[in-house]
Amino acid sequence: MLEIRNLHVAIEDGSKRILNGLDLTIHNGEVAAIMGPNGSGKSTLSYVIAGKPDYEILDGEILLDGENLLDMEPDARAAAGVFLAFQYPLEIPGVATMTFLKAAMNAQSRARGEGELKTPDFMRRVKIGAEKLGIPQEMLRRGLNVGFSGGEKKRMEILQMALLEPSIGILDETDSGLDIDALKIVSEGVNALRSADRSFLVITHYQRLLNYIVPDTVHVMSKGRIVKTGGKELALELEANGYADYVSDVAA
Amino acid sequence: MPITSPTWRLEDHRMASITPLKTSAELALIAQGAGLSAERQTAFGRFAASGLPHRRVEAYHYTDLRALLKDAPPLAKAGGIAPSGFAFDGVDALCVSIIDGFPNLDGVKAVSGVSLSLSGDAPDDGLAPNSVFPVAGDPIVALNAAFVDQTLHIMVEAGQTVEKPILLRFVTTHAASAYSRVVVTVADGAKLTLIETHEGVASALANSVVQVVIGDDAQFEHIRVNLADHQATVLTTFGGCMGARSSLSSGNFVTGGGLSRHQVFFRLEGEGSTATVSGASMLNGRQLADTTLVVDHAVPECVSREHFAHVLDDEATGVFQGKIIVRPHAQQTDGKMMSRAVLLQDGATMNNKPELEIFADDVQCGHGATVGALDDDLLFYLRARGLPKPEAEALMLQAFVGEALEMIAHDGMRERLEALSEAWLKARS
Repeated sequence: MLEIRNLHVAIEDGSKRILNGLDLTIHNGEVAAIMGPNGSGKSTLSYVIAGKPDYEILDGEILLDGENLLDMEPDARAAAGVFLAFQYPLEIPGVATMTFLKAAMNAQSRARGEGELKTPDFMRRVKIGAEKLGIPQEMLRRGLNVGFSGGEKKRMEILQMALLEPSIGILDETDSGLDIDALKIVSEGVNALRSADRSFLVITHYQRLLNYIVPDTVHVMSKGRIVKTGGKELALELEANGYADYVSDVAA
Repeated sequence: MPITSPTWRLEDHRMASITPLKTSAELALIAQGAGLSAERQTAFGRFAASGLPHRRVEAYHYTDLRALLKDAPPLAKAGGIAPSGFAFDGVDALCVSIIDGFPNLDGVKAVSGVSLSLSGDAPDDGLAPNSVFPVAGDPIVALNAAFVDQTLHIMVEAGQTVEKPILLRFVTTHAASAYSRVVVTVADGAKLTLIETHEGVASALANSVVQVVIGDDAQFEHIRVNLADHQATVLTTFGGCMGARSSLSSGNFVTGGGLSRHQVFFRLEGEGSTATVSGASMLNGRQLADTTLVVDHAVPECVSREHFAHVLDDEATGVFQGKIIVRPHAQQTDGKMMSRAVLLQDGATMNNKPELEIFADDVQCGHGATVGALDDDLLFYLRARGLPKPEAEALMLQAFVGEALEMIAHDGMRERLEALSEAWLKARS
């Protein structure tokens, strides 16, 4: 279970507040969607959960199964079960995708006090995962994300999530830059990972993604807070009416 | 293969009038030079007139030998023994040791198509009209020509492919000055891989020159590795000229030496030739490593590629000076040069000086130089996948250095150099 309580965050020099007392609880097995206009702080929230160092935490806590993530380094958070699928996955020339995947999986196993994966087991898991997402073997030999299209990068993020088996997967605008076919493949990849002990936080601008990854709860974010919470029908309402109602609520 | 192209000269470094005081290194060198034979006095005289090059000499601006060389240790004596535990023992090669400047051919097996021999003739000092060096009057080469005792000659006959690499193991076993010279001829259509490795104890000064004439349609791969003690001085020069349709690949790997300078001087003088020059330096403490490169396109339709990577920790200093010259008739030249540096600490320094001198109007030439820290966003991406910070940094640096090492064609050497770079990174974290 992920519990965020009264989270206040500014960018590093403290000059600009981005999150203003955000509260959010996501139960095990729950898929929560966060929607909101540009600049409402959605991506910042995802980065702060994952531990990006550019932010100053002014107040609040983020608990994953009772452990405060804010006390942990980003790699320790990953080992504890946090996975952030990046909106813009980075290219790392010279690091073969397979090398990277193995390094990440082994680092997390070590951090949890488990043994390293045997190479044949690793290869088999990658092969099965890649096939499900339509990732050709040739892509796995190339430098991580180097020369990949937007859709290929997003599929690679989902493959990483499948291999790392997090307890919470955060999808930061995973639908951006995807055509409809890629959107379906990525959504199916996410749906296949849904389980009773894994939750998701799906961040998106548009309702379209939520046709494919159907959320249990929808939260509207504005000016660094959750201003409305509802079921999946709330997404449809937003699609029809826009954010104007909720944005002005906060302003008033 | 006529050598007719004009000779490019370093800026004149005879500035005796403004550096009248001799340093202790210069005084030691002058005392050592007094014992030289008459035929070596020309090369020595050239050095003695100007002294050690210093920061007002453009080519030595970032590696001021006058200030950095505290002393010139005595000339090395024969009889030294190479240490055991050579990092490249497992490489299947024809190994020749050059201990304290003395090449030793005893027990070196004959290989068909190659002849190895020694001579005591005065070496090419870079000034004679038939010099293979495209850069005239370099003081490191002049000193080498003055002090070298026996020159090792390696001659590969026309059309011969030498399957095993020749590995020259240079070792300076005591705190002395060791001068070595190797003259390589790769005749028309021949193929050779030459590896030079450098080891040296603290306070040793090694000055070695490897010069090569690459014939028409010949292929030459060259790999230089500097693993000397961090208190040693290693000055090396690799130079020569290339015939038509020939290829050269030269890779350099440096983790050793307190003060080191590797000079690569090449002239492409046969049409359709290709030169690839690469290097990776991984330095820490107060090490300084300089790579100085001059690639001279003297004829049309040649290709040159240069890629250098520098990883600088602590208070280390990297220097890259790279110059591509395109002569007036060298149309259709394709030259690209890149030097990249990562600074791991605030105290580290990189001096990049890429230069293009283009006198032809139908060419494609480019150069780039970057200096920076590791990318924070990339680092976060790797850490968000569970890699602890030192491991994430090592992975990024391995990739950064790997780009340069990738250009080394010899599989066994490339793999060993990758392992050495991994070991360097592991020692750091």
